[in-house]
Amino acid sequence: MTKKKFEVIEKESVVVKFVGDCGDGMQLTGTLFSDTSAMSGNDLSTFPDYPAEIRAPRNTVAGVSGYQVHIGREVRTIGDKCDMLVAMNPASLKANLQWVALGGTIIVDVDAFVDKAFDKAGYASNPLEDGSLSSYHIIQAPISSQAKEIAISLGMDIKDADRTKNMYALGIVAFIYDRDLKILFKQINDKFKKSPKVAEINIEVLKAGYIYAESIEAIESRFHIPTAVLPKGKYRNISGNIATAWGLLAASERSGRPLFLGSYPITPATDILVELARHKSLNARVMQCEDEIAGICSSIGASYAGSMAVTSTSGPGLSLKSEAIGLAVMTELPLVIINVQRGGPSTGMPTKSEQADLLQALYGRNGSCPCIVTAASSPSDCFEMAYNTAKLSLEHMTPAILMTDGYIGQGTELFRIPKVADMPSITPPLAKAKDPNYKPYRRDEKTLVRQWALPGTEGLEHRVGGLEKTDIFGAVSTDPINHDKMVSNRNEKVQRVADYIPEQDIIGEDSGDVLVVSWGGTRGQVYEAVKNLQKQGKKISLAHFKYIMPLPKNTADIFAKFKKIVVCELNDGQFANYLRIVHPQFNYIKYNKIKGIPFTTTELINTFNQIF
Amino acid sequence: MSYSMIERSTVPLTKEDFASDQMVRWCPGCGSHAILATLQSIFPRIGYKRENFCVVSGIGCASRFPYYVNTFGFHGIHGRATPIATGVSVSNRKLSVWVIAGDGDLMAIGGNHFLHTIRRNVDLNILLFNNQIYGLTKGQYSPTTPFGQVTKTSPYGTIEKPFDVGKLVLAAQGNFYARVVDNNTKLMGDVMYEAAKHDGTSVIEILQNCVIFNDGAHKAIADRATAPDRQLILKHGEPMIFGKDNNKGIRLGSRGLEVVTIGENGITEKDILVHDAQQQDAGLHNMLADMHWPDYPIALGVIRSVPSPTYDELLEKQMIDAKATSNIKCVDDILNSGDTWEI
Repeated sequence: MTKKKFEVIEKESVVVKFVGDCGDGMQLTGTLFSDTSAMSGNDLSTFPDYPAEIRAPRNTVAGVSGYQVHIGREVRTIGDKCDMLVAMNPASLKANLQWVALGGTIIVDVDAFVDKAFDKAGYASNPLEDGSLSSYHIIQAPISSQAKEIAISLGMDIKDADRTKNMYALGIVAFIYDRDLKILFKQINDKFKKSPKVAEINIEVLKAGYIYAESIEAIESRFHIPTAVLPKGKYRNISGNIATAWGLLAASERSGRPLFLGSYPITPATDILVELARHKSLNARVMQCEDEIAGICSSIGASYAGSMAVTSTSGPGLSLKSEAIGLAVMTELPLVIINVQRGGPSTGMPTKSEQADLLQALYGRNGSCPCIVTAASSPSDCFEMAYNTAKLSLEHMTPAILMTDGYIGQGTELFRIPKVADMPSITPPLAKAKDPNYKPYRRDEKTLVRQWALPGTEGLEHRVGGLEKTDIFGAVSTDPINHDKMVSNRNEKVQRVADYIPEQDIIGEDSGDVLVVSWGGTRGQVYEAVKNLQKQGKKISLAHFKYIMPLPKNTADIFAKFKKIVVCELNDGQFANYLRIVHPQFNYIKYNKIKGIPFTTTELINTFNQIF
Repeated sequence: MSYSMIERSTVPLTKEDFASDQMVRWCPGCGSHAILATLQSIFPRIGYKRENFCVVSGIGCASRFPYYVNTFGFHGIHGRATPIATGVSVSNRKLSVWVIAGDGDLMAIGGNHFLHTIRRNVDLNILLFNNQIYGLTKGQYSPTTPFGQVTKTSPYGTIEKPFDVGKLVLAAQGNFYARVVDNNTKLMGDVMYEAAKHDGTSVIEILQNCVIFNDGAHKAIADRATAPDRQLILKHGEPMIFGKDNNKGIRLGSRGLEVVTIGENGITEKDILVHDAQQQDAGLHNMLADMHWPDYPIALGVIRSVPSPTYDELLEKQMIDAKATSNIKCVDDILNSGDTWEI
């Protein structure tokens, strides 16, 4: 075969999505592609897109599983549209065509495009032949037949051989994007290290896909993606949920308080429980409880006894925990509550993402019941925000709710590995044994924080509970003046946390025509949209919030310097409504989306353009 | 083992050392007064330092209890005393943790937690105040109210079968179950002491009188005049003999347990069952828990006490093993584990 000449096209970034049936190995394929790219120096962001059903019927749209990877020089989102879609069957093509950029490339496993599969996918005709894909560059590759033939020839049985097709597809993609095969092979060897024979066959199938891509006429160009421009350091790829778990472990280590997690499995928060359960060597006591309520209540007991207590959940679980959060507020104990938000209300859309639990986190309890509320802005930011939220909770003796979401919880990006010793210190206000002046509700004058007196410490015997208590002494009381004072103390204590959080930063000029305001997991898309408009010369800036209750002290000063403020969030305007309560002097324009999917940068640019 | 791990007081403590400065606000004549006095006098006998006791409660009349005991105390929310106490116990094995809750708290709203706590065998001592009524909300039926009883929320009589605490404990694979009546503080104190020495979940069901909303609920078996004939006070290793003349006993017949009279129909003491609280098989314990007046005397004392590894110690063992074998010694080790690269 004569060596073909390929045009090499330079691209700042590309978005590739692997889609197929659940069980086609799309998550693995995507992970191999993204890890290899990261190790070759690209910046990246990934997102798994899987159905709630564990194994929906084969070849149906309900059973489509996908993995989207965005790689490039500088990457902050998973990308609005895909430059390349790898579709292993008609159903996955049908479900994902809407996400392919016009003119984008679609690689299909032509062996799976048969009449029976069209029926199941709901296609009336073969989309490869009816002209419906004329706006795309289609590569029809004999993926499953070739993969199977090679695997069988190397001694694999038919059933296992069929499962190597994802490697053939990955081989094609690896060729087009010029991936480093050595790194890819090492990844595969690591993945299948328990069965070297399987690793070897997978590598052979991948090579065959690579060679196939090199030889066919449909592929005329290859792409070169520049390496990332990132600060020097040691990096890894990390998902938001893992980063959250590790941030909590780091806070436990630095505070000297052993971690206790009481939790109950719930999508999309379960990975935090799973990850922390692995780390008993670091004193992490993890209990999978009988329900969400036992999860938080065991954590409250653990906090009373001196643990750094955490409970992790998603929306419906936060609802179940409401009463107990009130107990933690009343007893003024540290407690970290992680809410990985999903589509609601009720069971809603468990595998989809939303930001609609904000008002629940702020206000969803009986009585006047303030908590610290924070939000992480990206997968890797979950580490820092979990750490900081635990620090605030421990040092201010009050429950704190960290809001993440399914999108950043399950998505991944590069993470610059910190040293735990470089993280800020955490000093919980522990009461000293035999302190003759100890009283349960005696407060630090500056912070209004009470002391943490651990059971087992001599001379600190005391009682706390959900009933209102007298100021300082902690006796049960229904005295009206005392109640008024205690309500005010608890509120003021949380408000004073504002002295211990960073000032709000602005991306762009500190005054101008439009200030975009956002919070939590939407930072990537909003940042890109604002940067894009700034490059066009627009006077637009971004204030992306990670501290919600209390708000940073300079919030109103920032807002005052812009002609218009637009608050964009993945709900029906909850942060905007909250800002109207806290800073009613400003006019807030709302931009909302409640579709279970992230913003796209394009839609944000269009929206912001109309506001000037 | 938790009991042996907890630090003991070097100075003798008294009941008064465990009385708090709070005024006790239960109704005069309420059974809770006797239970409080008994626990306050048993704590010194158990012998731990005062700061090593922790009393946790839920919501209800009984749940005011921690405020009256001068040690560490946590008044929780309705039904959740057991998970709160679980968190305390698991976090610090050197504490003696006591759960105080009523039949509403543990059998209704907290029923699920109760079963799972027992199944896990968390190192707790649970005092279940069973007065068969909701007191704090003023007289509604509870899950232990007898079938047909008229209460405020069952004006035509309840149409629900009550839970039997002992049978629930045993069904949840409980290892320690005792039953006492609130007017026998000597037995109550002895049973509390046994519960403290038992590692794992101990459940003491206290048949308690509510003078206001369910007065006399346990009268048939609690009345001192008739008690000897209606109560079988079990002692491990001793024959199940009762009665004012000490001549009645329990025999295992072909159709289960039978009440027999020694000296009648050729029955001798040899025919009478000897109580084995430490028997693994809970079959006989279940039959004893199921004895009800007037067919049987009610069984009191420690019905079951079987050693079994506790959740707390199994968890700690896993942590010790993990520390010995894991490469992860600190959080920096995790952060740098797996695939990393320099940029």
